[in-house]
Formats: sequence, structure tokens, C-alpha cells
Amino acid sequence: MSKNNLIALIVGYLFALGLGIAGMTQPQKIIGFLDLFSEHVSWDPSLLFVMIGAIAVHALSYQYVKGKTSPLFSSEWYLPTKKEITPSLIIGSLLFGIGWGLGGYCPGPALTALASFDKKPAIFVFSMVVGMLLYRGFDKFFPVKK
Amino acid sequence: MALSWTYALIGGVMIGLSASVMLIANGRITGISGIINGAVTYKKSDTLWRLIFLLGLFLGGLTLNIVYPASLNNELELSDFQLVIAGLLVGFGTVMGAGCTSGHGVCGISRLSTRSIVATVIFILAGVLSVHFFQGAL
Repeated sequence: MSKNNLIALIVGYLFALGLGIAGMTQPQKIIGFLDLFSEHVSWDPSLLFVMIGAIAVHALSYQYVKGKTSPLFSSEWYLPTKKEITPSLIIGSLLFGIGWGLGGYCPGPALTALASFDKKPAIFVFSMVVGMLLYRGFDKFFPVKK
Repeated sequence: MALSWTYALIGGVMIGLSASVMLIANGRITGISGIINGAVTYKKSDTLWRLIFLLGLFLGGLTLNIVYPASLNNELELSDFQLVIAGLLVGFGTVMGAGCTSGHGVCGISRLSTRSIVATVIFILAGVLSVHFFQGAL
């Protein structure tokens, strides 16, 4: 296995463990965070702490790599360079947020939760992949500025 | 759980560390929706690492299932219909918006990307409104 693939395997594995420990693979905790207006359930701040922990660490790593000419095991960087706020970014994020609130899963946790062999994440992941493929068809006929 | 926020913070740090390994070693963003979308597009030399990453994610899930099964509990009583609509919207929306919670919310915000900050604010607000208006309605 190439170094890049081995890194991908390790990162995927640790990322899933992080999601599980953080509670992100339990949709009720996501809904508990997003349910700001609820009068009968107390607000679950978990997602906020997850983001604080993840961003604090990752922002430091980004500062560390910023001046480097290349990553350790690749000859070039594959980082996004777009700056413009586009209709596609806004509409896409809006649709994603609505779906997130409906199901309590975002892509990473849903894939990790497949390992519970419960039918709920399986239905969600299948539909998510179908949604990704549907977007390609949509993009062909109704292109929105990306 | 009283200590749930400490677990959240520790899990968050692990997520940040794993994304950092990906960045420092492979020079890539750990954006799960982008990795999945790329994995279902065949492109020689760019598909295998994505499939291996997703395998790693699943193996992580299997480990959780064995050592901490409660972490994979889904206590929401949702209809299959609601799950299908949710999945379709998440798939369509994350590809259209070029990222999800990991790519925009963690990696993008860490790089102070304006696009990612805007995307994250929008999907969290949309999520709040969605829970308020639709949860239990479908």
C-alpha cells in the first residue's frame, strides 16, 4: 500500500473514533443541538465543543503547513482556492442544513454508523449517494454558478 | 450525561488531529462529502485513496460497535420516508455547496476560508429552522 493510502486508512479510522467519542454518531445529539427553540428539552451543546476542539487543533496545523512547499507524502497541495460566495454554495448549504435537521446525520457520522448494522443509517447513506448522483444530472441541465 | 461536553471536546480534538495528519502528510482536506462524491466518480489514481479512507471510517465504526456500542445508537423515531428525504437533501446539498460539516465546518473554518464560514453559518441556521418546523412533521 502506498504511503498516501495508508494515511487515508489511518485518518479514516481515527476520524470515525473521534466522531463516536464526540457523540456525533448519535443523531439525537445533533437534533438536541439544533433544537434551539425547544421548551421541553434542554439544549445539547456537544456539537459546539466538538467544533471548538477540532478547529483549535486543525487551525494550528494549518499555520504549521502554510509556509511549506509541499506535504510530506505528496508533491503538491490539494487545497481549495476559491474565494467567491456563489449561489451554488448558498443554495447547497441551505439544502444540506435542512436535510441535516431532518435526519440528524451528516455524511461522516452516517457512514460510521453503518457499522451498527441498523437500517436507519443504511437508508440514509443510500439516499445520500442517490442525492449526490441526482445533483450531477441537475447540474448538467440547470447549471448554477459554483 | 454530565460529562458529555468533555467527551465532545476530546472527540473534537481527535477529529482535528486526524484531519491534520491528512493535511500534513497528503496535503488534502478531510471533507467527507467530497471524498464520497469523488469515490463514486471513477478517475484513475484518485478513486482508490477515497475508497480506502471510507474503509477506514467503516472500520472505526466497527471498533465503536464493539467497544462502545452506545455511541452508534439512533434513538430518533423517524419514518423511513423522512430518512430518505434527509439523505437526498444531504447528498444533493453537500455536493452543490462543495462541503459538509467536516470540509467546511472544521477544515475550512480552520483555514479562515470565507466560503466555508458562510456555508457553515447557513447550514447550521438551516438545520435549526428545519428541526423547528419539520422535525416530527413528516
